[in-house]
Amino acid sequence: MSVLSDRIAISNMQNVRRSSQPVFDRIFQWSSFGSALLVLIVLAGIIGSMIHGGMPAFREFGFGFVTSSAWDVGRDQYGAWVAIVGTLTSALIALVIGVPLSIGIAIFLTQLCPAWLKRPVATTIELLAAVPSIIYGMWGLFVFAPLFAKFVQIPVSSLVEGLPFFGTVLYARVPSGVGVLTAGIILAIMIIPFIASITRDILDQIPTMLRESAYGIGCTTWEVVRHVLLPQAGVSIIGAIMLGLGRALGETMAVTFVIGNANRLSLSLFDPGSTIASRIANEFNEAAGLQLNALLALGCILFLVTFTVLVLARLLIARVKAK
Amino acid sequence: MDTMPQHLPTQASAVRVRRSRQVADRALKVTCILFTVLGVIVLGWILVMLLIEGTRGLSPIIFTQTTPGPGTEGGGIANALVGSLILTVLGIAVATPIGVLAGTYLAEYGKGSKLANVIRFVNDVLLAAPSILIGLFVYTLMVQPMGSYSGWAGGVALAIIAIPVIVRTTEDMLSLVPGSLREAGVALGAPLSTVITSITWRAARAGMVTGVLLATARIAGETAPLLFTALNNNFWFKPSLMGGVSNLPVMIYQFALAPYQNWRELAWAGALIITLSILALSVVARLILKKDKAR
Repeated sequence: MSVLSDRIAISNMQNVRRSSQPVFDRIFQWSSFGSALLVLIVLAGIIGSMIHGGMPAFREFGFGFVTSSAWDVGRDQYGAWVAIVGTLTSALIALVIGVPLSIGIAIFLTQLCPAWLKRPVATTIELLAAVPSIIYGMWGLFVFAPLFAKFVQIPVSSLVEGLPFFGTVLYARVPSGVGVLTAGIILAIMIIPFIASITRDILDQIPTMLRESAYGIGCTTWEVVRHVLLPQAGVSIIGAIMLGLGRALGETMAVTFVIGNANRLSLSLFDPGSTIASRIANEFNEAAGLQLNALLALGCILFLVTFTVLVLARLLIARVKAK
Repeated sequence: MDTMPQHLPTQASAVRVRRSRQVADRALKVTCILFTVLGVIVLGWILVMLLIEGTRGLSPIIFTQTTPGPGTEGGGIANALVGSLILTVLGIAVATPIGVLAGTYLAEYGKGSKLANVIRFVNDVLLAAPSILIGLFVYTLMVQPMGSYSGWAGGVALAIIAIPVIVRTTEDMLSLVPGSLREAGVALGAPLSTVITSITWRAARAGMVTGVLLATARIAGETAPLLFTALNNNFWFKPSLMGGVSNLPVMIYQFALAPYQNWRELAWAGALIITLSILALSVVARLILKKDKAR
């Protein structure tokens, strides 16, 4: 905060010496403008460095880089398909589990919770967001995965064995607890605080009068939520969900711990896989030559996907607002 | 809204509908309570796990000794602790002026302009951008040209993560300051910079400090951007911060997955320390804002 007090001191001084005022005024304005521009430059730099670094891989493999599931360091053959599928699947699982939970928590906090309990519960949920992702990774690998193997993977696998569809999708060849589904569950826990706290803010902003008039004509809480709150907040909630999706797609450390890091395309959700982020985290420091370029190309794809998700969220909100 | 009336019971069907309404209502309440309890339990579970596993490795020695090499007995996490502290301070020192000034531009100078809208949008994208990509970016920006991993690169990577947080909170807090305060300043003949620094910033000070604290909490536990920038190793780093700086998050990542018992214990101890500090920081940030609001 010394910067701030310095500035105040400077500006106070300048009240006395009027002649230097315009100079400081201009410097201040330009430096704030420059800092704002820096935000743009950083984003451009990220895109630029990914494209520049990934170019050799894109040039070598062409569009096949996206659709190929090869990842062979020995033969220098690289493809992104397995990592893309793993990224999308785990993020989708996270949404399927995380969204209902988040909205439920938000409804509890805004509609059902007694006043004295509101603050502690809200703070607890928000603190979940502050826990570093590596801690979720450790918890997932050392605490959750063994329990998940014992109580979910093994019983479910023996239950569905031989069945069509479920026999493949929910069958664990090696019930170790790690895998795409585990990663999705951990991701769900990680995105819940974000979606829940934004949804809570949105629900809080809906005028109390709307809610109370609905209660006044005899609506139950469910009906108020379903017919008053959700239609009012719907679009913004989609924005919150998109934000959660963006986080789930790019989350690295927690996923690296629990997804198993296998380059194999498997139909089973219990099997290990890998995501774009986890592959970069695992291999980048040892990579050289074309492998390094392939990893940067993966980063480029990840950036495009998250960027698209965020832009879509914005456009969606804008379109519904215009209606 | 306009779909509401058709679901309300008409006189004739009131009795028939009432039960299904009650069931739906109760189902909603029970589910919401259940979900919230689940969320609270998970946080409790993680904290309890950290306390149990972390205290096992916690002893005064680990604050004085460096991280042990593979197969070496004992050891501590002193170098990683100090390294993490330096990287975080470096990141925040770079990010605070830039973030505060950029947020000021968005809230004061640019406000409704097209450029400000673009920057605001880009800032939101950066806020949600995968942190590992920022690690990759800084690797190609600094590590490759300089030919060596360094604490400077790690600090810059953390700063890039902190900047959007500070920009966002600064802008939000500044736009809460009523326009009449600014007008009063301008009416006294103060130039815009003076109005901003000695009126708007002062009025929004608590919120801005909270933003910086939250940004600190955010970057203190970041692992992914440090993997390819600051790296990590098992000895004290050079004062020039070149050639890799040991830090807690990456050390935890490497040690937790290692086959050595003492490494794992140190990883848990580090995880406990880092999580408690971050949670404490977040709580303090909240208290500052709450106290300010009460004023």
